[in-house]
Amino acid sequence: MLEVTGLDKSYAHGREVLRNVSLSLGRDETLAVIGPSGCGKTTLLYLLCGLVQPSPFDHDADHTPVTLDGEPVRKPTPDIAIILQDYGLLPWKNARDNVSLGLKVKGVDKRTRNKAAKDMLARMGLSGRENDYPGSLSGGEQQRVAIARAYVQQPKLLLMDEPFSSLDALTRERLQHTLLELRRDQRIPYILVTHSVEEAVFLGQRIMILAGCPARVQAVFDNPGFGREGHRATPEFYDLVREIRQSMEVLWCVES
Amino acid sequence: MSPRSAKPLRRILEYLAACLALLAAWKITALCVGSAILPQPEDALLGFGLALIDPAFWKHFFASGYRAGVAMALAWLVGFPLGVLMGGVKRFDAVAAPMVFLTYPVPKIVLLPVVLLLMGLGNASKITMIALILGYQVLVAVRDGVRNIHPKYLDSIRSLGAGNARIFTEALWPAALPHGFTALRLNSGVSVAVLFFVESFATTKGLGYLIMDAWGRLAYVDMFTGILGMSLLGVLLYETVNMLEHLTCRWKR
Repeated sequence: MLEVTGLDKSYAHGREVLRNVSLSLGRDETLAVIGPSGCGKTTLLYLLCGLVQPSPFDHDADHTPVTLDGEPVRKPTPDIAIILQDYGLLPWKNARDNVSLGLKVKGVDKRTRNKAAKDMLARMGLSGRENDYPGSLSGGEQQRVAIARAYVQQPKLLLMDEPFSSLDALTRERLQHTLLELRRDQRIPYILVTHSVEEAVFLGQRIMILAGCPARVQAVFDNPGFGREGHRATPEFYDLVREIRQSMEVLWCVES
Repeated sequence: MSPRSAKPLRRILEYLAACLALLAAWKITALCVGSAILPQPEDALLGFGLALIDPAFWKHFFASGYRAGVAMALAWLVGFPLGVLMGGVKRFDAVAAPMVFLTYPVPKIVLLPVVLLLMGLGNASKITMIALILGYQVLVAVRDGVRNIHPKYLDSIRSLGAGNARIFTEALWPAALPHGFTALRLNSGVSVAVLFFVESFATTKGLGYLIMDAWGRLAYVDMFTGILGMSLLGVLLYETVNMLEHLTCRWKR
């Protein structure tokens, strides 16, 4: 479904951020991307959703490194939803208007989109908070609004940039479960960027390590226990966390 | 509901307390000065109270209020959209910014003779003068405000597939509103000051005229009626802008 081949990115001032990143994501798959901070994880997500353009680095101009269902992704599309770091909610719009903004952009009429936003917010446990502005919502509530905003568009792919990193442990775990439930119901594949190994192993069917300067794909791990009930408490979970951590330590060492 | 409805009452009480403190300071100064040019506050207040039931005072008050109000509206209508455009469209800013910042430091009040010559002695020249001074403030504040919108908000709306028109209406415009209102509010005092200046000649209507006329007649209590009237007008303008901001920027509450 999502195919990424030979993705390069350099910024105008010459710094090369990503080199030759390739990955593919099937219709029912989830991927967690993990790497040191500042390694280009956020840039990768921006490239995948078309907010940033890839560099043509020794490829021909016709090469389209990112395709969704065979269509090249050249600019942002409602088919790919992204939850930005710090949630990306507009402070001047209340929860309902934040959630329904994507539908408004698509040209959905007001009554339909308000109904959809209300239902989605109720789904996220935020009934009655439709008129609240992000400034009066807690971090966890803002993240729920952001998730509602992404899902209400019914995208083909969901991208998340450190979605739970600034939340307390309890809220984070609750939201991680909510995310898995949503995936079970809606079957929308997602790519999640995180710096927490535990989160990567809990939420990713595969886990990809991105590291180096410029960043490359260093390793991909399969996570057979993903989505199973009580996965977080199994020995397999801890084994994989340990394995990933070890290979990260090696990689980080080589780097410095 | 109760805290919100209690708010205006609280506000009025705060204003009353401030008035009392100011009156005390006035009383002390008046006693020290001991001259007719600074009348005792009770005399001035009595004069002001009598003026409040005199239609002649209200004729002056509304003439001034009309000039300042129309000028503020004009400043907003021109300064706000221009500021948003300059802040949001780089190519437009490249053309307009040098013109704005070359003329920004010029004290617009010195253009009064030119404006008088072009627009005559009536309301048009007075309103233009105030609007010109205020419009610059609104424009510059709004432009800076739009330029300082965090890029994450623009990424957020662009990621939904929004085009430039949407970004303009859903992000730049609302984000600029508080900046525009703050500029307008901070400069409501300036607009009253300019109002006094432009009303001090070539008119027989307005609080500025009332002050200058009373001064000429050595009627100091009447003069203070005009001064207090201008203060009242300033407070009303300030609070009107506050109210508009309250209504249009709900997320700021």
